[in-house]
Amino acid sequence: MNKLWLIFKREYSVRVRKRTFIIATILMPIAIAALAIGSGYITAMGADAEKKILVKDDSGIFKASDVDHRNLIFTFSESEINSLKESYGEEDYDLLVYIPPFNDLSLTTHDVEYFSHEKPGIVQLERIERVIAAAFKEYKIQSSNIDRDLYDSFGMSIEMESKTTEDGAEGSGSGKTAAIIGTILGFVMGILMYMVILIYGQMVMRSVMEEKISRIAEVMISSVRPFQLMMGKILGVGAVGLTQLGIWMILIPVVLTVVPLFVPGLDSGSMTDMSSAGASAEAIQQAAEGGFDLGLIIDEFMRLNWLMIIPVFILFFLGGYFIYSSVFAAIGSAVDEDLGEAQQFMLPVILPVILAFMIMMSTIENPNSGLAVFGSIFPLFSPIIMPARLPFDPPMWEIALSLFLLIATTLLFIWLSGRIYRVGILMYGKKITFRELGRWMFTKI
Amino acid sequence: MSILSLQAVRKEYRNVVAVDDVSFEVPEGSLFGLLGPNGAGKTSLIRIITTITMADSGQVLFNGELLNRKHIELIGYLPEERGLYRKMKVGEHLLYLAQLKGLSFADAKSRIKTLMERFEIVDWWNKKIEELSKGMQQKIQFIATIVHGPKLIILDEPFSGLDPINTNLMKDVIFELNNNGTSVIFSTHRMEQVEEICEHIILINNGKNVLEGTVSDIKDKYKEGIFRIEFEGALPEDLNNHFAVVSDTDHEVLIKAEAGMSPNDLLRVLLDRGFLIHGFQEVRPSLNEVFIRTVNSLGHE
Repeated sequence: MNKLWLIFKREYSVRVRKRTFIIATILMPIAIAALAIGSGYITAMGADAEKKILVKDDSGIFKASDVDHRNLIFTFSESEINSLKESYGEEDYDLLVYIPPFNDLSLTTHDVEYFSHEKPGIVQLERIERVIAAAFKEYKIQSSNIDRDLYDSFGMSIEMESKTTEDGAEGSGSGKTAAIIGTILGFVMGILMYMVILIYGQMVMRSVMEEKISRIAEVMISSVRPFQLMMGKILGVGAVGLTQLGIWMILIPVVLTVVPLFVPGLDSGSMTDMSSAGASAEAIQQAAEGGFDLGLIIDEFMRLNWLMIIPVFILFFLGGYFIYSSVFAAIGSAVDEDLGEAQQFMLPVILPVILAFMIMMSTIENPNSGLAVFGSIFPLFSPIIMPARLPFDPPMWEIALSLFLLIATTLLFIWLSGRIYRVGILMYGKKITFRELGRWMFTKI
Repeated sequence: MSILSLQAVRKEYRNVVAVDDVSFEVPEGSLFGLLGPNGAGKTSLIRIITTITMADSGQVLFNGELLNRKHIELIGYLPEERGLYRKMKVGEHLLYLAQLKGLSFADAKSRIKTLMERFEIVDWWNKKIEELSKGMQQKIQFIATIVHGPKLIILDEPFSGLDPINTNLMKDVIFELNNNGTSVIFSTHRMEQVEEICEHIILINNGKNVLEGTVSDIKDKYKEGIFRIEFEGALPEDLNNHFAVVSDTDHEVLIKAEAGMSPNDLLRVLLDRGFLIHGFQEVRPSLNEVFIRTVNSLGHE
């Protein structure tokens, strides 16, 4: 036990002190911040730059409305449209808008023309359209003598709330927002697992190979059991991974909130909008219009069953990491210096990871499909897929079954890998086949 | 008392018998040579003694007890293929290996400091292993082998790649340890080193124990009744009738006596032959010859 601790400590401290680790750990949040600031800045420059717009309003409706809008500056002119066409550029306007007369209140569309020397962005045009449309709507309400409150009440919004039909189960009341949050959270957790398995699993493999090639293995094995050496390494690298993730989880939000304070003309809101995965133009508009209720999001976010999600996620995290990294350790011990040889063995290991990733993508769209249920229970897939399902309240028995299978498989894989490892680490100059590996599991040493 | 006792130890890999019923004793406090041609099973034997692998059958006793994992703290092993973590610093690397052998941090540190002084490398503590030459790394690995004060050290080709100065330094340390009661198993192909260092040897071939004993007993056993005589004057003409003359120069002749003839008998015959004898010595085979003869006579199957 004491020796395992010593090995763990060495594996951990050697990696954490490495320059590459420190750089990667610090650089990643900086890169994310740079990306967010960069894209936020570009959007801000594009969308938020002041536009001077010259309007010739023959309908008189827009002119009469309250047209103050953040950075769209409207100026009205009564001059002849044809002469305006000649002069608007020289007078430093970006855009010339012509609104034809409007007489029929029943019309639902009204064509407005614009002229510009440079092609304006679609986002900009849509904003102008919305501002003008809002003025027309106001005009229509007033000229139809409709009561304002009555009119507002026409705008209905429907929230789909899920109620389970299971006996005794209290509907959690999660709405569409909850589904969106679940999707994003599930996606993030699934992708995290995928990365952890591939990156840290292979780190274990390379490190085992190094130990074998440098022949330190024989010295070590004369002091400690092969199993201790393997587990010390797996645990040490795992702890390095957790450290890195932990630092990122703290550093990335800090960077995203602090940095904008020092960058003029940027509010953190627009940045996080941009950095969130699917920041389409539409989503930004919706956010700008207040279509997304931030309070609701936070509410739903807090309503998630974190007491269940966090421990279960950690269990699946550990299970997935242990299963795959122990297999990678066994591969590293079996091959010689030839990295190509290692690749041949890695393919069948990476395949289920990729498959699981693909199933995970469909799981977040349809978290209760047969495929999703199977994937979240099958132990080679479940570490990636079950976390993605967690925000959607999968049945308790499925989680329990999946966890049971995962733990059993983890123990089995660690044991089998240990059997291969103890033979492989001392075996040199031999081409290894899958059959040979299988034999190693059951030979004495 | 034997520090190590092997009794009918057998080890088989899939279709090769690596160690075939080998028995021998390593007397406590001895310098013991484990010899054998390449692939004879030395490494397999050493791996059994260092508890890296287990014998299929037979017994290994360490200090009278059945060998078990507890004993690894009493054994130091320097493998033929050296290996250290290249990125670690000398000091922390030695601390790591010493603690894995069961030393406390403080104890390990003070012992390492002492040994580094002994090996004249005090200022290497913060050097990285990869900055050191092969020979320098070997010193580090040797320190790691002996730092925990083992009762038995196993050295596989310990001097390969060392310059003469460092070879002597290491030899001195080995003798010092031996004088203080440490038993040493020494595995090498360099017979002149075995002759210089070892008291007992065992020769392994094809996994079998083919020769065992003290160096002088073995030489006696393999001597062929050859004598070197330094002389002055003319050799008697009829010398050939009595003895086989192996070689013959101006002042020295090698002759082979009849079987069963003692040196005294021989001298008695030679004394009154009218030539002056300056020197007389029984020629014993070198271990190198014994090695080659034994292995060749068994054939390399």
